[in-house]
Amino acid sequence: MATIADAPRRKRKDDTQLAILFILPALIGFLVFLLWPTLRGIYLSFTKFNLLTPPEFNGLDNYVRMVQDPVFWNSLRVTVYYVIVNIVIQTALALAIAVMMQRLTKRTWLRGIVLTPYLVSNVVAALIFLWILDYQLGIGNRVLELIGMDRIAFLADSNWVIPTVALINVWRHVGYTALLIFAGLQTIPETLYEAGRTDGASELTMFRRITLPLLRPILALVLIITVVGSFQVFDTVAVTTRGGPIDSSRVLQYYIYDMAFGRFQFGYASAMSVALLVVLVVITFLQYRLTRAEQSDLA
Amino acid sequence: MRLKLAFLMSAVLAAGCGWSGADATTESGGGTIEYWLWDSGQQPGYQKCADSFAKQNPGLNVHISQYGWDVYWSKLTAGFIADTAPDVFTDHLAKFAQFVDLGVLRPLDELAPTADINDGDYQEGLAELWKGQDGKRYGSPKDWDTIAMFYNPGALRAAGFSPDDLSDLSWNPRDGGTFEKMIAHLTVDKNGVRGDEPGFDKNNVSQYGLGSDGAGGGGWGQTQWSAFAGSAGWQVTDRNPWGTRFNLDQPAFQDTLTWYFGLARKGYMPSFAEIGGNNPVGPDKQIQSGLAAIALDGSWKISTFQNLTDTSGQKLKVGIAPTPIGPSGKRASMFNGLADSVTSLSKQPDNAAKWVKFMSGEECQNIIGESGIVFPARPSGTEKAIAFNKDKRQLDVTPFTDQVKDKTTFLFPVTTNAADITALLQPRMDAVYIGESPVSSLTTVNDQLNDLFKVAQ
Repeated sequence: MATIADAPRRKRKDDTQLAILFILPALIGFLVFLLWPTLRGIYLSFTKFNLLTPPEFNGLDNYVRMVQDPVFWNSLRVTVYYVIVNIVIQTALALAIAVMMQRLTKRTWLRGIVLTPYLVSNVVAALIFLWILDYQLGIGNRVLELIGMDRIAFLADSNWVIPTVALINVWRHVGYTALLIFAGLQTIPETLYEAGRTDGASELTMFRRITLPLLRPILALVLIITVVGSFQVFDTVAVTTRGGPIDSSRVLQYYIYDMAFGRFQFGYASAMSVALLVVLVVITFLQYRLTRAEQSDLA
Repeated sequence: MRLKLAFLMSAVLAAGCGWSGADATTESGGGTIEYWLWDSGQQPGYQKCADSFAKQNPGLNVHISQYGWDVYWSKLTAGFIADTAPDVFTDHLAKFAQFVDLGVLRPLDELAPTADINDGDYQEGLAELWKGQDGKRYGSPKDWDTIAMFYNPGALRAAGFSPDDLSDLSWNPRDGGTFEKMIAHLTVDKNGVRGDEPGFDKNNVSQYGLGSDGAGGGGWGQTQWSAFAGSAGWQVTDRNPWGTRFNLDQPAFQDTLTWYFGLARKGYMPSFAEIGGNNPVGPDKQIQSGLAAIALDGSWKISTFQNLTDTSGQKLKVGIAPTPIGPSGKRASMFNGLADSVTSLSKQPDNAAKWVKFMSGEECQNIIGESGIVFPARPSGTEKAIAFNKDKRQLDVTPFTDQVKDKTTFLFPVTTNAADITALLQPRMDAVYIGESPVSSLTTVNDQLNDLFKVAQ
């Protein structure tokens, strides 16, 4: 009899140990690959460090230089411009695709196709578009000529380069974003739409009055994830434009990379990384509060 | 039991997180010398050298890795940090000063096999370039290069020129001289109107007289404007190597650039956007595709130009002509060379130095000369390369070698802070090429470059 009474207590104790063990791999990964590099990066931002000789503490020098560096401010502007173009178009398209996936088709393969660009790596996608959009030889410009338009130097013209890079990344990420939103749509009970139809609401009205409000928490989460990812744009720029022409696509991450590994100024690069971290924390916090991401209207 | 299983799984997962053992490549023991180069064209030649080296040095062999120019330097930097750098690597004059400052190169005078390298064994001036500000030698010269013009004989013929017409062209910053007259006539718009004829449409050009290799902010205009600025009597720094002041504010330089980039404005040279911005289509492909009739490029591109085919797959016979004579009354070409450096991370510096010595020696230099890819640093190797091109390719490469013979070369500017200079100069030069900034804006850049010397002190 005693064994039965003891069993649950022992079981609970076992669970804690088990839980720790299961968490351990993730925790080690978090400490070693996230927390420690972040702390070390913050420390290095107060030093002069060329990667090969030991860092020397130099106080706020890097931050003073950052505030006075016009290229840094330009990079921040370029990055924000990129994020706006990228996120607005991507989210709008993803929402449209997700709603169509839910309301128009139930075919799995069709839903699967939407995700395929996401299976292509960023570098490969960038390379393919680099060739498609090439001024001399690209098929994209051939098509433009066929329909009677002038050729466009998509990746070599200051005005075109950021929208082009933003759209390349929209192409790659829109399916994934749509899938996340689609998952959110599945949580909205069908009964609400039935009620709407009974009341004679049109598809558009139901989208505005039912879908959008109930999707808000998911949409907020999707926005937080995609905005953070968007701010960290790097590979597409590194492959297609290398920051040019002039500084028109020198996004912050690319400037940081070039400063650290091209110019051996790791301390200053770390300071700019810390600035990016602060920007992201503030933006995420604001998004979280403004969109009330933690509350749902579906109660 | 469940606990054990969970523990096992944790261990497996942790292992999956990247806790792999030491990298095999870090242990460069066993007598294998790791050697890196970036030019795939040169790999077969150096493989021959490596085979011969292994035969003469029992117990030693060389493993060659080739990485394209763009990834080569970032991979090398990463290698220095992660201790996976090679024992020996092909070094560039634009980069080596920075590596000396970072302390990753071993002075060759301090290694027995390379201590007796003699400057006089190589083409004049080459070996001295590889000495640091401390007077120590950090590179053993292996080859050299100059600049000349490659041209499409078909385009020349169609315009009524013969190759001989190219041999004594001259240019000046006022009206461009006979050189500009020729490239204007070689330029053809979509309607077949030539650049020097009335009704020429400069916005719809099908063949440019002169090809373009970009703005030249990354290598002092080596394959762009250096031959013009040099023949105007201009030098990048007050002295070379180890200049203390830049000369980008001088009228000789700014007038040259105004004229040079003006060719793009006139429609005789493709614009920044047309050649693909920061991912430019090279001069060889511009000539191949018929976009350009003439283009300046370096001697290391001879075999690339030789292997071009036209749209129907036929071999495109490309000719070579000397750079035009400038206001100084002479031609000019940048004189640059590569060398092999030993890294301070090498666990077998003496073996590494043996290989370096072998590559700059008579035997290997002759092998390289006979492969016809580059001009070896030793005069005898250079002769072998000239003979190879003449006999095997029926190609006259004297426009490259005459610059050395006639002493019309100037040396590649060797300075400290090379990475910062490129980072500052490249966007500003692009802006001048695009036309967003006037050439006079380079005076401000010159001040910024001069400030780098102050910061570095």
